[in-house]
Amino acid sequence: MLDPQIIFAGVLNGLLAGGIYVLVAVGLTLIYGVLHIINFAHGSLLMLAMYAVFWLWRLVGVDPYVALPVVTAGAFIFGFVLYRLVIGRFSHGRDENVLLITLGLSIVFDNAALLFFGGETQTIDVPYAGSFVQLGAAFLPLPKLISFGASLLICVILGLYMAKSDTGKAIRAVAKERQGARLVGIDVDNIFAISYGIGIACLGAAACLLMPTFYVTPTSGNAFVLVAFTIVVLGGMGSFIGAAVGGFIIGITEALGGLFLGEQLGQIGISLIFILILLLKPTGLFGSRA
Amino acid sequence: MLEVRELSKSFGGLKAVDQASLDVRQGEIVGLIGPNGAGKTTLFAAIAGFHKPDAGRVTLDGTDITALAPHSICARGMVRTFQITQPFAKISVRENIMVGAYLHTADRALAAHQAEAVAGMVGMAGQLDQMGADLTVAGRKRLELARALATGPRLLLLDEVMAGLNPTEITEIVQVIRDIRDSGITILLIEHVMQAVTSLAERVYVLNQGRMIAEGTPAAIADDPQVVEAYLGHGAAKVLRA
Amino acid sequence: MSRQAVLCAVGLGIAVIYPLLAPNYLINIGMMVFFVAFIGQSWNIAGGFAGQTSFGHVVFFGTGAYTSTILQVTYSWNPWLAWPAAMLAGGIVGWIIAFLSFRAGLRGSYFALITLAFAEVFRILANSVPFTRGGLGMLIKADQRPINFQFKDPIWIYYIALVLCVISLLIAWRLTRNRFGARLVAIRENEDAARALGIDVFAEKVKVLTLSGAMCAAGGTFYAQKYLYIDPSIAFGVDKSVEMLLVSMVGGAGTIFGPLIGSVALTVINEVTRGLASVVPALKNVQPLSLVVYGIMLVLIVARLPDGLMGLFRRKPRHA
Repeated sequence: MLDPQIIFAGVLNGLLAGGIYVLVAVGLTLIYGVLHIINFAHGSLLMLAMYAVFWLWRLVGVDPYVALPVVTAGAFIFGFVLYRLVIGRFSHGRDENVLLITLGLSIVFDNAALLFFGGETQTIDVPYAGSFVQLGAAFLPLPKLISFGASLLICVILGLYMAKSDTGKAIRAVAKERQGARLVGIDVDNIFAISYGIGIACLGAAACLLMPTFYVTPTSGNAFVLVAFTIVVLGGMGSFIGAAVGGFIIGITEALGGLFLGEQLGQIGISLIFILILLLKPTGLFGSRA
Repeated sequence: MLEVRELSKSFGGLKAVDQASLDVRQGEIVGLIGPNGAGKTTLFAAIAGFHKPDAGRVTLDGTDITALAPHSICARGMVRTFQITQPFAKISVRENIMVGAYLHTADRALAAHQAEAVAGMVGMAGQLDQMGADLTVAGRKRLELARALATGPRLLLLDEVMAGLNPTEITEIVQVIRDIRDSGITILLIEHVMQAVTSLAERVYVLNQGRMIAEGTPAAIADDPQVVEAYLGHGAAKVLRA
Repeated sequence: MSRQAVLCAVGLGIAVIYPLLAPNYLINIGMMVFFVAFIGQSWNIAGGFAGQTSFGHVVFFGTGAYTSTILQVTYSWNPWLAWPAAMLAGGIVGWIIAFLSFRAGLRGSYFALITLAFAEVFRILANSVPFTRGGLGMLIKADQRPINFQFKDPIWIYYIALVLCVISLLIAWRLTRNRFGARLVAIRENEDAARALGIDVFAEKVKVLTLSGAMCAAGGTFYAQKYLYIDPSIAFGVDKSVEMLLVSMVGGAGTIFGPLIGSVALTVINEVTRGLASVVPALKNVQPLSLVVYGIMLVLIVARLPDGLMGLFRRKPRHA
């Protein structure tokens, strides 16, 4: 049996990882909730954002945290344009088509990254990478604490934006009743593109928060794709609260899975949760749609 | 032939069908009418196995078929069409109808032969090679009918086959439905428009807000104050009589 | 009709004579074209004909590859006998995944994602359990005799791939002409209407995934015998799933020749980029470039050519 202190540390680390997952999953669930599409390119877009952070640091020397506003804004624009030019225009409104198009995009992004950036694992050396904060028996890396706090803060800001701003209200109106929204004069296609942009902007922010402790390779996105889908399915497709709760559950599951089952087998928990939720309760914990 | 007893079906808190009963006898054309949202399509779907009823019983020729899967109900000789037509878009009319004909034979030549015969019956003989997606509204309605007929039913449930058609097309399809009945197939049809039913049906049921409010010959139904009120609103019967 | 038959006969004739004239590396490319067309067809039967888009078809491929390899390496089976056993295993996995997923009512994107997750579970298991030797992978002892399903002359493995491809084409052709195939297309086009017309949609979908799984598993065994080595990321990696989907979609999902055309097209792209790379030194890494092209083709085909390259050969444009 494992020492409870180690389990405690494992749970804490899982929670911290969960913070980033929440941000990634909120982007995915927002896109699903509003557009009713599954964005299979989510992981690849995160990978591209991570490369953006890496190159900003490598070429210009910008600290990832400083880069956050720029990368987030850039990611929004990229997502907006991608939706306008490709996804929205080419899918003919069919759910499987969107899945196939975003799969195609992820193939393009992953391999373009491999072509231009090479397959090497890239990391960023920041001076604070080695700083720790002690909490009981657990030593928590400072960058992970920062990323945890920042991603939750961003989620709260996003939540407030959705609740209070005019655009946020329009997005929620479209999510709920797109025909009705169209009738009252909301430009639904524009709202779709904005929502997609916001979903990708979340990835931009997540990339900045990840890079101080993580690495990037052209396949980095793959590691996040299934995790993000699992969180969103677990929480309930389209549910913000669900994405938050799901993110923490998955973070902890992953940490404990690694602890009890080892690095390799530990990953199986996520896929199994994904399968079981889809088979047994496809609406997830907080979802309303079947 | 078909007996529906006290069938109920709710969605959420809403009672779409509330203890509805009806009978269809061999060789009849029976109409089921009612204002928009009365629950006609839900009742149909529950009879044909698409919705599991909350309560009540459906029997076909004395056997209980309540909540059997749609495909087994179809195999027992009762088939439905859809109000919103559902053609198989990427295959030809012939292949569309053959899907129905394959219910009782695995033989391709025989299925194709039957499909052609059925197409002739509903007036689609000239359109066999058109794609499902290329049909007009009237064509789609006929195709719905043809596919259902090709399964060799004894009882046909038609959901608003006349909706969206112009008067000429309605006259044509009314004749087609009569021919189908004369070939020995019993018919239960939903219509929103009363006039269309009165010219076809021997008996009519009226559904309003999920409840069966009247039953009788078309003429009797047209005079029933409850029915008139259901269609025209509260108090309308009194006004009309005055 | 007869024109098509003549075309098929000529094509088959060329395919039979080709390796007698071509150098070894071209024979190898031809072998890969037919092999990828074969596993692509296994995807196409479920994803194209029946419309059940899978993102994790590699789960069947890997099941087949591992089943025959384990039987051979660990239990000393003859590979020719292990081959049908591998197909059986693939069929069973297909049946189980279909039974669970379709019973739960999963459709469209949800079905695609759950197959992906199943493949991932199998990959992790193959990485972790002792009888697959984990991440080390499994080596089949080289002993190049036909009785061992190993050949000195690449021409034989080419002919086996050709036979597999022809069988898969015949299966697809049958589906365009029999009741089972008509029902699959009906299910793809509209499940509710199919149900109303007496089709047991659940049973037919389970059936087609079982067939597809068995076929794909046969491809897995073939692959293991050709390369005499498999590991979890080869046998259960996403790449193969994507490859099967790509060749079918690019060539024309739900058409008989779609996967073969798609396989030829992707091979041509591959060779062209390889040629390009030898001229432009900056492109030393060829694989990603051709994949970029494939990805773009997939997007364009979904956008503009729902019947894939096969759509170009049809006289009458069809509606999406």
